[in-house]
Amino acid sequence: MASTVTQGRGAIRRRALGARAAFLGPGLLYVTAFMTIPLLLVLSYAFMTRGRFGGVELPVTLENFVRALDPIYLRVLWNSILISSITTLLALLIGYPTAYAITRLPARWRTVALVLVVLPFWTNFLIRTYAWIVLLNSEGPINKTLVNWGLIDSPLELLYTRGAVIVGLLYAYLPLMILPIYASVERLDRSLLEAATNLGASKFRAFIDVTLPLTLPGTMIGAIFVFVPSLGNFIVPELLGGGKTVMIGNLIRDQFLKARDWPFGAVLALIMVLFLAGLFAAQAAVARRINGRSARA
Amino acid sequence: MRNIGWLRLPLLVTYVFLYVPLVVVVVMSFNGGKQPFSWGGFSTKWYGVLFEDTAVRQGLINTLIVAVGATVIATALGTLLAIGLSRFTRSALLEAYSLTPAIIPDLALAIGLLVLFSAIGMTLGLHSVLLAHVVFGMAFVAAVVTARLGQNDPSLEEASGDLGANALTTFFKITVPTLLPAIVAGALLVFTLSLDEFVIAFFTDGPATPTLPIVIYSMVRFGVTPEINALAALLLLVSFTVVIAAQRITKLTDAV
Repeated sequence: MASTVTQGRGAIRRRALGARAAFLGPGLLYVTAFMTIPLLLVLSYAFMTRGRFGGVELPVTLENFVRALDPIYLRVLWNSILISSITTLLALLIGYPTAYAITRLPARWRTVALVLVVLPFWTNFLIRTYAWIVLLNSEGPINKTLVNWGLIDSPLELLYTRGAVIVGLLYAYLPLMILPIYASVERLDRSLLEAATNLGASKFRAFIDVTLPLTLPGTMIGAIFVFVPSLGNFIVPELLGGGKTVMIGNLIRDQFLKARDWPFGAVLALIMVLFLAGLFAAQAAVARRINGRSARA
Repeated sequence: MRNIGWLRLPLLVTYVFLYVPLVVVVVMSFNGGKQPFSWGGFSTKWYGVLFEDTAVRQGLINTLIVAVGATVIATALGTLLAIGLSRFTRSALLEAYSLTPAIIPDLALAIGLLVLFSAIGMTLGLHSVLLAHVVFGMAFVAAVVTARLGQNDPSLEEASGDLGANALTTFFKITVPTLLPAIVAGALLVFTLSLDEFVIAFFTDGPATPTLPIVIYSMVRFGVTPEINALAALLLLVSFTVVIAAQRITKLTDAV
């Protein structure tokens, strides 16, 4: 009897292991084969020499990293960070009050308002960018309206500017700012606000001292959701910046598909990913501190 | 009744900003004139031109092949992965690892896959785009299904086992049906993401088989044409319909 029980246990454990491998195995193998190995390959290419006919060759070198320090490339990197930061700031200035306003709507309107925020996000990215080529063109509706109203004499140069790139990125990623802020304002414990006003704080004071800090983690997630895809974007700078505004995404794309200097492209991609990973780490650290503080309070 | 007062202003600004560009494109798509910017009367002729465009039609077929294939494979792999993650391991690290393809910058994944495919000497075409789309698609399905599994009652599966069903029967009669809404939602998500995906397809596709986003990209680079307006209006209609249908489906299943 006892032996059959142990045998049974052994069989169950073997079967559990088999089931575990059957469920987890295929997916984990796939991620490893088509994400981890590719990324490790890119990492290793950063230390290789450019191949004469594309691809890479030996010897191992740090040359590509030295080249990335050239002021030309540093300026592109700085430019990308600047454009993405302005985009994120604008998204925050529009997105926070919008998200806050949606939480104050009556319940049945809240869903409609949220769906309306997300809807454009589910349409083709190129089409959404294209819409701004139509709008900002020198013969487009904005310029025509301004000329017809006599506000300007000749069409303004709106398209193919840095401003156009920022507007395009803002348009593309604004919903990604609004959703996490909405979630964190919605979760906010309203009794804390009541407590603050009962203790004599003005509504404004309560917002600054209670609402803002407690919704900071959600706001930071929104900021990252906007900043990350903006930084790596090469479509908007190309289509709305007209090639005059070069961002790091354009540079990486060109190294891989045009110049075919893969090692240098790998270095640039590595710089971008490390920068973004640093941002994620900073966000996590701040979120931990805030959660710790509100848990103690 | 809560008065939202001045908060109406940001709502107004946001919705005007989000919808005016789309409305302008849709209106322009019915412009009968040859000039893209001056109104030449109402006409649907650009839709006719669009339907005759073989490059667009072939792009659409290519995109559908990739999207259907990627959805089927990613849904199967992602569902298995989600069940494995929540039933057979409590490892947060494995879960984070499985979901990474969904949050990693698309450009990084795109160059990685280009490097991999060229390193193993694989020719580029729809098959390589499909392999690439399964990576992030699987992560999205796994995320959606894992969230649902967190709400599921494991005692149902235990009861099934106690009543004599074997593991396979329990899986197909209990686990899959209770997860079905999440699996469908995940599949819809992958399908829509794959339909619209440009960056990864741009790096992993061959020149002979462009997907629809790649066709649109090469059209858009040459500037504004009434035909693109018509295409844009149709794509807007399709994605709005899908999103609203998905919204209805999730609302129905939430009610159950």
